[in-house]
Amino acid sequence: MNAPRKLKVATTSLAGCFGCHMSLLDIDERLLELLEFIEFDRSPLTDIKHCGPCDIGIIEGGVCNAENVHVLREFRANCKILIALGACAVNGGLPAQRNHLDLRDILAAVYVTEEGLVPGTQIPNDLELPLPLNHVHPIHEVVNIDYFLPGCPPSGDAIWKFLTDLLAGHTPRLGHGLIRYD
Amino acid sequence: MSETNTFILDDQEIPFTPGQSVMQAALSAGVFIPHLCYHPEFRPHGSCKLCTVKINGRPATSCTTPAAHGMEVESNTPEILDKRRTLVQMLLVEGNHFCPSCEKSGFCKLQALGYELGVMTPRFNLLYPTRPVDASHPDVLLDFNRCILCELCIRASTEVDGKFVFALSGRGIKKHLVVNAESGRLADTNFSLADKAAQVCPVGVILPKRKGFAVPYGERHFDDAPISAHVDEFKPVMPGQEGRS
Amino acid sequence: MKNSDAIGVVLKRHGNDGTRLMQILRETQEALGWLAPATLTVIAAGINWPRSRVESTAGFYSFFHTEPLGRYRVLWSDNITDRMLGNMDLMQAMCEKLWLEPGRVSADGLVSVDTTSCTGMCDQGPAILVNYRAITHMTMERINQMVELIHVQTPLAEWPAEWFKIEDNIRRADILLTNTMAPGEALRISFARGTATEVETSFSERSWHESMQASDIGASATLDEIKKSALRGRGGAGFTTGLKWEACHNAPGRTRYVVCNADEGEPGTFKDRVLLTRQPDLVLEGMTVAAFIIGASKGFVYLRGEYRYLLEPLNAVLAKRRKLGLLGENILGREGFNFDIEVHLGAGAYVCGEESALIESLEGKRGVPRNRPPYPVTNGFLNQPTVVNNVETFASAALIAAKGGDWYRSFGSARSTGTKILSVSGDCERPGIYEYPFGVTVRQVLEECGAHDTQAVQVSGPSGICLNRDEFDRRIAFGDVPTAGAFMIFGQQRDIFEVVRNFVHFFAHESCGFCTPCRVGTTLLKNLVDKIADGNGTRTDIDEIFHLNRLLQTTAHCGLGHTACNPLLYTLEKFRPAYERRLKLLKFVPAFDLDAALSQARQMTGRDDAGAHLEPQSEVAQ
Ligand SMILES: Cc1cc2nc3c(=O)[nH]c(=O)nc-3n(C[C@H](O)[C@H](O)[C@H](O)COP(=O)(O)O)c2cc1C
Ligand code: SF4
Ligand code: SF4
Ligand code: SF4
Ligand code: FES
Ligand code: FES
Repeated sequence: MNAPRKLKVATTSLAGCFGCHMSLLDIDERLLELLEFIEFDRSPLTDIKHCGPCDIGIIEGGVCNAENVHVLREFRANCKILIALGACAVNGGLPAQRNHLDLRDILAAVYVTEEGLVPGTQIPNDLELPLPLNHVHPIHEVVNIDYFLPGCPPSGDAIWKFLTDLLAGHTPRLGHGLIRYD
Repeated sequence: MSETNTFILDDQEIPFTPGQSVMQAALSAGVFIPHLCYHPEFRPHGSCKLCTVKINGRPATSCTTPAAHGMEVESNTPEILDKRRTLVQMLLVEGNHFCPSCEKSGFCKLQALGYELGVMTPRFNLLYPTRPVDASHPDVLLDFNRCILCELCIRASTEVDGKFVFALSGRGIKKHLVVNAESGRLADTNFSLADKAAQVCPVGVILPKRKGFAVPYGERHFDDAPISAHVDEFKPVMPGQEGRS
Repeated sequence: MKNSDAIGVVLKRHGNDGTRLMQILRETQEALGWLAPATLTVIAAGINWPRSRVESTAGFYSFFHTEPLGRYRVLWSDNITDRMLGNMDLMQAMCEKLWLEPGRVSADGLVSVDTTSCTGMCDQGPAILVNYRAITHMTMERINQMVELIHVQTPLAEWPAEWFKIEDNIRRADILLTNTMAPGEALRISFARGTATEVETSFSERSWHESMQASDIGASATLDEIKKSALRGRGGAGFTTGLKWEACHNAPGRTRYVVCNADEGEPGTFKDRVLLTRQPDLVLEGMTVAAFIIGASKGFVYLRGEYRYLLEPLNAVLAKRRKLGLLGENILGREGFNFDIEVHLGAGAYVCGEESALIESLEGKRGVPRNRPPYPVTNGFLNQPTVVNNVETFASAALIAAKGGDWYRSFGSARSTGTKILSVSGDCERPGIYEYPFGVTVRQVLEECGAHDTQAVQVSGPSGICLNRDEFDRRIAFGDVPTAGAFMIFGQQRDIFEVVRNFVHFFAHESCGFCTPCRVGTTLLKNLVDKIADGNGTRTDIDEIFHLNRLLQTTAHCGLGHTACNPLLYTLEKFRPAYERRLKLLKFVPAFDLDAALSQARQMTGRDDAGAHLEPQSEVAQ
């Protein structure tokens, strides 16, 4: 009997705090169990820089700059299933609290009018730096998302339940205590 | 109480006292119907629509509809649950709800209903309204970002406290809470932390200062069980009474 | 005069009565320009209301401003018919000449320009309101002159009089619009009725008759005529008028009220304006007949704020009727029949046409629909039994009171008796007012108003129904195509999607915000439709529209929310290509332009390299 093909999973952190990835590691020894069924493609947990064709893409964090958009699109183009992991991916989270401010005012405040700046400090225009978007967006506003797992971060148990449901072929159902917005 | 005063709610027979609403009767019988603007101590309001049921096949708000003998009420059907889920999603995108930084988290009815109904996604694009907080009052913070416009604070301040501290202004999606002061600041009203209005907000708008995240995760009000299991807390104060007037 | 003195005068005029808050706010604003925070405080003290409640009311209505909006406030009527006449270009041109952006006040605080919901001048647009005075037939030439007058701050009273001329444009008149009855005639006949032996009474009628004084027989016999006529309400819902009046008469209460709904807010409707201009006596007489029948002592005409210019003429007619003994105490000498009418002006809120919201507004509050039951007939104005009827309903009732139910039934069809006044606008040669017996076909109306190559007709406004070419043989009647009066015609050259978009924006603007589904849902719908308009729509968005519709239809609190999706539903069914040709093939496209989302960062960094741009989603695989 052939062992079933391992599912390819890619993960990334956009405008997030990495808390969700920490939580993913928080599923502890069960991670090993999980690795019997999945293998990681591009992920901060691996060294792979670009996402190849994958079964599942897991996105932490919202979209706050041009690079986030590119990465998110790469994931969408390559992943059959895309999951928004954590509060920031689901509704923008903390970074989105800047959304009621004008980006120009923020940039000016940080790089021009802030006290104690080195004289001559300018708003960086380095070509290497991704430009920030006018507003922070949850990822479902930028590409189509198949599943959402809220929580800041979602607990290791929630992630475990979610992924194992998915691997088993059911629509993930988190019961009381696992579904959390904080 | 006569034998004849019952109606059917999702295949269960619910007794009621004449004058009770479908909501009151259901809660008294220990059956939870989701709600946000209903409060056991106040007259029904009928605005959040979370309590929508089908009565004899027609949609109605259970908090405003008087119970009648022989009614057939549907509540826990996939169709109605889907509507309630969408209503919660609407409220979540209408305001700015970042639960991780909200002191009400774990005590919040909107959040608890989100969990109860399995709301995993905002579904819509977020509206991110700009709603400045009012920190002027020495004892209370008003964080309007989370207001769901249920008018409970208004009703409490008007009917119980007799102070009229809160009211609504604006219309449609621009509707918002205002306070009873020319300056628009809570500090310039006669509001007090002891007011009934300081206690009724189902979400995290009217918050006592210097309390912070006092209760650890796991011990907060709705941590132990889904809101539907807390049904006893919502029972009408006096069965058969329409609340305060 | 000091501000507080000016407010004092207004307060005094209204006896410091809080239920008259709408009028107090309007008159104060007319005197002071806007409703400053301190002004609201003075008013609140004057009527002895909490300040928060006064602010609550002031903040609800579009025509009250709690921020200064300029000495000249120009509002462009933004119905689709105004758009078809080029109002957006004209408004843009006006803004350029005034150096301001729509929605903003000029730097010197002199003038602001914005849009407003349909002002009811669809047959003579593009229309505007300047300081809430209607001006029609806007042209570039008028704009040039107007900008000049604003610059030199010429008072409105000195602007060219012909600008303020409102046409009646009556193209087809029937029993209502040809009426020549002398004021008081319907009342005299009603008083006299039933004194003869001809009254045949059915069992149910008898029960009422028995409860009556002998002197009430005329009232009950007149009600019989109204019932016999089978008159149904002309405001939209089509409730049988006789039953409503009877229920109100039978409801227990201290005082009874008669309210004429002249809010006429449904875009594309303007027939009540013409009735109030040409047949005010007939309408007021209908109200007085209603008062006679139900035993009311007080009446209101709830006139939409857009028709501010009708206030003085209507007050003049009321004064004349008082003089003639048709209003006031012992009307026409009838002992104990005391009834008077007052005009209450609205302030820009479509939802106030809904009868219970209207009553809230009459009481000085926010125009929010009440929980029903109880209905106004038992618990209306100040919680007393109240009948609310449309202008045209009262006018028809006056005719019936004079000429009898059988006479009335000889017009129209068996189930839709009498005539219906249509407000015809859009792509036709002769827009205006057409009164037809019920049962007229859509095609006949189109022919008579000179509409050619018609693609669609929107009957009864945005909340009504959209008919396509295959349906032009349908009839205007309760059982077929019911209508509150609007009849907007769209020629083949029009983009139906733009029509719908205009309507969806209307609902979002007019939602009162009481209930969650409508408050949030109408805005979400607006965003979805804009997304499709911007070329970012997908089939997923169409599915979402249907989903939202099911929610609004079943859970919204009032008719506004229930019908807010109608324009989308009817046109998705009948004009689907108008949507499809805008849709992307993709399953999903963002609602916003990602490249534009980098605009502020580009501006601040001065970058314009490839990395400072994002290509649109359509070029990226999904
Ligand atoms: C949102 C909304 C707006 C309405 N606007 C009007 C209106 O402008 N004029 C009107 O006569 N009825 C309007 N109605 C209908 C009234 O609620 C009410 O049915 C009507 O005034 C009764 O009068 P009738 O029986 O003579 O038609 C509206 C209803 C709704 C739900
Ligand atoms: S009010 Fe409730 S839903 Fe909103 S942020 Fe606070 S806890 Fe979350
Ligand atoms: S502050 Fe709280 S109680 Fe008051 S309306 Fe808002 S959500 Fe309701
Ligand atoms: S449906 Fe709309 S207009 Fe009607 S009560 Fe609800 S929010 Fe107000
Ligand atoms: S990204 Fe996971 S907690 Fe914010
Ligand atoms: S609980 Fe019934 S409408 Fe809010």
